[in-house]
Amino acid sequence: MSHYESQVREPLIKGHKTYHDISNDIARPIESKSGKLWWTAFGIAFVAFLVGVGCIAYTVGTGIGVWGLNRTINWAWDITNFVWWVGIGHAGTLISAVLLLFRQKWRMSVNRSAEAMTIFAVVQAALFPVIHMGRPWLMYWVFPIPNQFGSLWPNFNSPLLWDVFAISTYFSVSVVFWYIGLIPDFALIRDRATKPFAKKVYGILSFGWGGKAKHWQRFEEISLVLAGLCTPLVFSVHTIVSFDFATSVIKGWHSTVYPPYFVAGAIFSGFAMVQTLLGVLRKVFHYEAYITRKHIEYMNIVIVVTGGMVAVAYLTELWIAWYSGSRYEDFTYFSPGAATGPYWWAFWALIICNVLIPGLLWFRPIRRNFFWTFIISIVVNVGMWFERFDIIVINLSRDYLPSSWTMFMPTFVDVGIFVGTNGFFFVLYLLYARTFPVLPQAELKTILKSSGESYKKHHTEDEHHEH
Amino acid sequence: MTNTKIVYGLYGDDDDLLKAVKSIRKQGITIDEVYTPFPVHGLDKALGLKKTRISDIAFFYGLFGTTLASTMTWFIMNHDWAQDIGGKPSFSWGQNMPAFVPIMFELTVFCAAHFMSWTYLFRNKLYPGAAPQNPDPRTTDDKFMIEIHTTDVEKIKNVFVETGAEEVTLKGDYIQPNVNNLVQEEA
Repeated sequence: MSHYESQVREPLIKGHKTYHDISNDIARPIESKSGKLWWTAFGIAFVAFLVGVGCIAYTVGTGIGVWGLNRTINWAWDITNFVWWVGIGHAGTLISAVLLLFRQKWRMSVNRSAEAMTIFAVVQAALFPVIHMGRPWLMYWVFPIPNQFGSLWPNFNSPLLWDVFAISTYFSVSVVFWYIGLIPDFALIRDRATKPFAKKVYGILSFGWGGKAKHWQRFEEISLVLAGLCTPLVFSVHTIVSFDFATSVIKGWHSTVYPPYFVAGAIFSGFAMVQTLLGVLRKVFHYEAYITRKHIEYMNIVIVVTGGMVAVAYLTELWIAWYSGSRYEDFTYFSPGAATGPYWWAFWALIICNVLIPGLLWFRPIRRNFFWTFIISIVVNVGMWFERFDIIVINLSRDYLPSSWTMFMPTFVDVGIFVGTNGFFFVLYLLYARTFPVLPQAELKTILKSSGESYKKHHTEDEHHEH
Repeated sequence: MTNTKIVYGLYGDDDDLLKAVKSIRKQGITIDEVYTPFPVHGLDKALGLKKTRISDIAFFYGLFGTTLASTMTWFIMNHDWAQDIGGKPSFSWGQNMPAFVPIMFELTVFCAAHFMSWTYLFRNKLYPGAAPQNPDPRTTDDKFMIEIHTTDVEKIKNVFVETGAEEVTLKGDYIQPNVNNLVQEEA
């Protein structure tokens, strides 16, 4: 009776699972050997990763001139990819922190993988601020470290320095939040392990966790406080990323709508990436009982809501560009100068991928369909890449002085580094999926009796008996 | 040596555990520890645990971060090298404060989150390579265990059996823990 939940809600754990079944399902991928599919995927990702390593080494060894940048368009694929990866990372924190604050129980079977995605995506993002420097070996000069130059400090007025603080705080806090949640799950794997090596490794990783009552009490408190801290953090990080553009004097960039609009876009693309990854994960790991159609639908609703916010921002940009009366704003990426300019194809790719196709998620049969969800999630990420490309490149290519107008063409090094970060991301993600508990056992077990399918049925039968 | 012994009662369900905890405490018996695979709602209340103060200290860690960031930006930007960078007023900290807000915010969150996490690990005695704190490996899977330190072992054993324990064991007395188990059929 204490576990009563409205029958209106669809069950979040399907089938007749017990606590022990949940443990078994979570431990299975860790305790079994990798199959052909995993090795193939890992091989492809690793090759892509090596391509990226090669291109980065070439860039650093030769100079930034091997990229397609020019004196007008001095930010292009580097920062596009940086913002893209940071944006992808945001859904993880959103799922684990914001949805925790809102007591959304459906986040439980999604959050672990989403947080892993956050961390691996932020790793990719963090590469770009370093490798796009002309002298990356002097990177440590951005930190306020007392030094022999009379103590020469960084300039705290620059959003690029704020970025350093934002990204490093975001990364480190996300890792800690993720890890503290993992400790009880590592303890489960440790206590099941039969091989001495695995027992040793998970023994170290689980920090000696024993599930004492007081420890759980503190665990729940710290999870809640970390969620409370991560929520403003996730909003601030992408806000600060948007300041890179919004605090400039470039037309099309100096817009006050950027902070919320970038955050909405980040959630939009982040959730799309979660959909792409979970769409595969639930099939390969046979997690259909935990990542149900309802989970996919919930995430699609978030995508359609944030996609709507992004669309409103596009319209705002267009309206303000016209309403400002500034002739320069005519080249804002959503204005006639861009829609019909030389980058018209990038502009229309954005509109099609971010506004029109995700609009299909308004239809219930589509947002509850695994196949279409998977396709749309990929389309959204393509669209969000174009959004950043458009913001950066279109606005830079046609600036205040017509004598500086130019076009941008990426080189194979630009492309290679982007491919490399995708490879690196999947290398990390694939290794994670084989060694980490990808579903949080401790959290799922707390909702089994309230939201498990068999328990919910049980309650209805009880009521029939009483009447 | 005292003849205090440690008795463990193993339960198969969180609802049974909660009922058992309440009933044992009603009999005036002190429960020394409870091990569960997941946070059981209401267990801390049933055990009479005090509210944790970890979030209170996090607030002060956060304040430390804000102070650190304010002092650092003032020292570097206004005191040590009060330069004109792009026309930003560097005569006083207040004049250029908006540019320092992102740093102040991030350092507040950084200090609050990290120091609180370190406090959490320290207070729980969790560190890489620590010995598992749970006496039975099944308590991280699907079993729930109550630990009682007593001089009257028989009484506690009976209390466990009466409250529906699946298995009752005495620490250290048996080579094989299952030899003296009192297995209780489902009530």
